[in-house]
Amino acid sequence: MVVEKLLRLSNTRLPHDIGWALEAAAGWETNEIAYSQLGAIMDNVKKAEFLGRPMCQDTGIPVFYVSGKFDSSIAGLIAEGVRKATKSIPLRPNTVDPITRENSGDNLGEGMPIIHYHPTDDDFTEITVLPKGAGSENMSKLAMLNPADGIEGVKRFIIDAVLNAGGRPCPPTIVGVGIGGTADVCMEMSKEALLRPLDVENEDPVLKELEEELFIKLNESGLGPMGLGGSSTVLGVRIKKAYCHTASLPVAVNIGCWATRRATARIKPDGTVEYIQGGE
Amino acid sequence: MRILESPLSEETVRSLRLGEIVYINGPVITGRDEMHIRAIEKAKAGEKVPDEIIGSVLYHCGPIMTEIDGKKSVVAAGPTTSARMNSLESEMISRFHIRAIVGKGGMSKEVAETMAKEGCVYLAATGGAAVTLAEGLYAVDGVEWEDLGMAEAMWKFRANKLGPLIVAMDSKGNSLYEKVNESLRR
Repeated sequence: MVVEKLLRLSNTRLPHDIGWALEAAAGWETNEIAYSQLGAIMDNVKKAEFLGRPMCQDTGIPVFYVSGKFDSSIAGLIAEGVRKATKSIPLRPNTVDPITRENSGDNLGEGMPIIHYHPTDDDFTEITVLPKGAGSENMSKLAMLNPADGIEGVKRFIIDAVLNAGGRPCPPTIVGVGIGGTADVCMEMSKEALLRPLDVENEDPVLKELEEELFIKLNESGLGPMGLGGSSTVLGVRIKKAYCHTASLPVAVNIGCWATRRATARIKPDGTVEYIQGGE
Repeated sequence: MRILESPLSEETVRSLRLGEIVYINGPVITGRDEMHIRAIEKAKAGEKVPDEIIGSVLYHCGPIMTEIDGKKSVVAAGPTTSARMNSLESEMISRFHIRAIVGKGGMSKEVAETMAKEGCVYLAATGGAAVTLAEGLYAVDGVEWEDLGMAEAMWKFRANKLGPLIVAMDSKGNSLYEKVNESLRR
């Protein structure tokens, strides 16, 4: 029930911070085509929320993050929620066998749903979902840079990843970045970075500055909404870091489309549930 | 506001200018990777393909469909990334005389050259604007190859003011994406 509702909320209602960022972007645009794209997006967001329909036909693969207090039964509950939501919302059945390309029809299958676990000492459980569409996910990049490439190498890699993706990940995008860790942790951080709302600043002052620098640089590029030209290419850059091996400098980019959908359910000990999307 | 009536004539297609904002009325079919592969395979084997493919407006879209009392209707229908079909599209256009492709993100130089030769344009729909674009598809005329799954099947729609669509690749080999790319400040 909670998971089904979470999937409905995330797919039909864009978090407010992203809505505001789109409004701001439209305010800066002087390019007529760019303005038409942002107009169509905002019109679409309003209709989706009003009609209770998924804002994008690519309802993605739901990536779940579970934190707080939980036990092993949670995986089954999440899977059941995905199966139900696929029919009731409806979501597009997206999951296929990678070899035979056979569609499971219910967004489940081997390795699905994807769940990341972060147990804490809190007395509540939080389930967050990030429905991730393929247009943006297919633009993911990982580089194991040489430490000598330094921060300049990191910036170059991020800028190239976004600009080479062009209009394919549906700009204006949110750029998730992981720096450090191992290859797998770096990619994981780049996706998890997308969960931080646009109105929440990075706690690390160095990363905050780097995010702002990349934000300006990418929006000066001229790529624009849908890659058709304009001044709004990204709505935000979100970076997470972890220590890495002295011989490594991993950097990962995971782009979120303009519809970087997310929602969290906080289940309290008394059984009440609070739904949070950020930007409120 | 320019409204184009599908099926489109070659003359109409060739009159479209880069950057123009247009809407479409009339028949539109959907097709993604698997639909392209099947249509080409069937044509190569000398088998019949659905008539609607010929001279069509081909929408790179895998919609969300629903069925109420046996009647199919469209819930959400935005464009998918067209570049995935780069290696298949030239053959599609040449074999089936596709007059317009609706998608997002643009296509390769090779496809642009085929479009110039055969008389076809690329119309960019706003990625993710799935509810607005679904409103422009007012009737479902049927479905082919449903075994490919909801997203990959070939849906036959009738459009009423489908858009806004940007003429992003014209029938002279010009591409707005290429122009933007050439002037990018890196």
